[in-house]
Amino acid sequence: MSTVYEQLGGEAAIEAAVDVFYRKVLADHYVNRFFEGVDMEKQAAKQKGFLTMVTGGPNNYTGKDMREGHKHLVKMGLNDAHVDHILCHLRSTLAELGVAQDLIDTVISVAESTRDDVLDR
Amino acid sequence: MPTIHFEGDDYLCNEDETILECMTRHGVLLPSSCQSGACQTCLIRAQEGTPPPESQAGLKDTLKAQNYFLACICKPTEDMSIGLSSISPRHSVKITEKTPLNESVVRLRLAKPDDFSYKAGQFINLMRPADDLTRSYSLASNPDDDFLELHIKRVPDGKMSNWVFDELNVDDEVVFFGPAGDCFYVAGKPEQPLLLVGTGTGLAPLFGILRDVLTQGHTGPVHLFHASLAVPGLYLEQELRDIAAKDEHFTYIPCVLHGDIPEGGQQGNIADIPAQMLGSLSGYRVFLCGDPPIVNALRQKSFLAGASMQDIFSDPFVFAPHEG
Repeated sequence: MSTVYEQLGGEAAIEAAVDVFYRKVLADHYVNRFFEGVDMEKQAAKQKGFLTMVTGGPNNYTGKDMREGHKHLVKMGLNDAHVDHILCHLRSTLAELGVAQDLIDTVISVAESTRDDVLDR
Repeated sequence: MPTIHFEGDDYLCNEDETILECMTRHGVLLPSSCQSGACQTCLIRAQEGTPPPESQAGLKDTLKAQNYFLACICKPTEDMSIGLSSISPRHSVKITEKTPLNESVVRLRLAKPDDFSYKAGQFINLMRPADDLTRSYSLASNPDDDFLELHIKRVPDGKMSNWVFDELNVDDEVVFFGPAGDCFYVAGKPEQPLLLVGTGTGLAPLFGILRDVLTQGHTGPVHLFHASLAVPGLYLEQELRDIAAKDEHFTYIPCVLHGDIPEGGQQGNIADIPAQMLGSLSGYRVFLCGDPPIVNALRQKSFLAGASMQDIFSDPFVFAPHEG
């Protein structure tokens, strides 16, 4: 069975997805304070890595990366409600790109599995 | 088997091995993270040899043009010399012209060495020969010009700028090295609309890019916003109006934060003006130069207005009045 990554069209499609996803996140006032002052290009590259991972593409993402990368945000108050928002944006992004409901559910369950790492617990 | 040259040593790369794997096998640890071509941590430059196109997937056109590639997905097809930074020789040249452009900006022209090549919009590092004090300045000239042009703003307590204003004269020698910078025009997509926004001497690289764009036969609309606190901070106004009068693709919009509004111009926060005037920036290629907080704000606003991240090129200037 091919992965969502392959069905979407691989690297180029993930590149396009990052643009849609990041734009939604930055426009969301409930979460965008966590992105203030970050280098947009580095951030987009990280999101590309994340989207590649959750769609089942080639990656070497580890829970440790997720934990280390978000620790300073947890100190700033990052919690479940913020993660929920991000997952919503991920759902809408995939829907906008025409991904079927069952595949969206698969992707979200992978993303959901990183929650405890992201929130450092 | 291709040989990879890195920092003075040669490494043999096995069949079907990536450069990152090859270097790791030899005990040379390059920065890396995802190992799948996504995170760009292992971005490196080929100083000799050509990286395979698939090793440049997802990189900006300006990085591709300078032979940058991702070591983790690069299976080399030929010998390559790679490095984390570029090495450039120093050039010693004469000042050929020094003209004030407004009350705080001077135009400096340097003789262009024969063996120096660059892309319009890149910057060079200018050195004061007496003590090697070094500052970066964007090139406002075009590679076809037989001179290099810099726009230098007098910075309060700025060691280099005050020296340029008060002591440097035509026929004096200066030293420079470079070029560097990823904010330039890459030919292709000639119909794409372009947005150029600069504050202060951020106009310098944009002036170079503008002339490059027009020379290369770009057919899409080109909008240049030049922002200053007030009218006296604008410069090259007449030249830009002349280009706009001759070229129907090109629009020049001088912007001020307060005071009189120049003809055809705008007043307000430059971070908001382009998206307000142009509406959606979807499909635009965007060039942003000047004051870092404004460049960063413009980068985010251009992206939110629809410009793709891959199509936003920026050069935030850093002013260093108290160091060096």
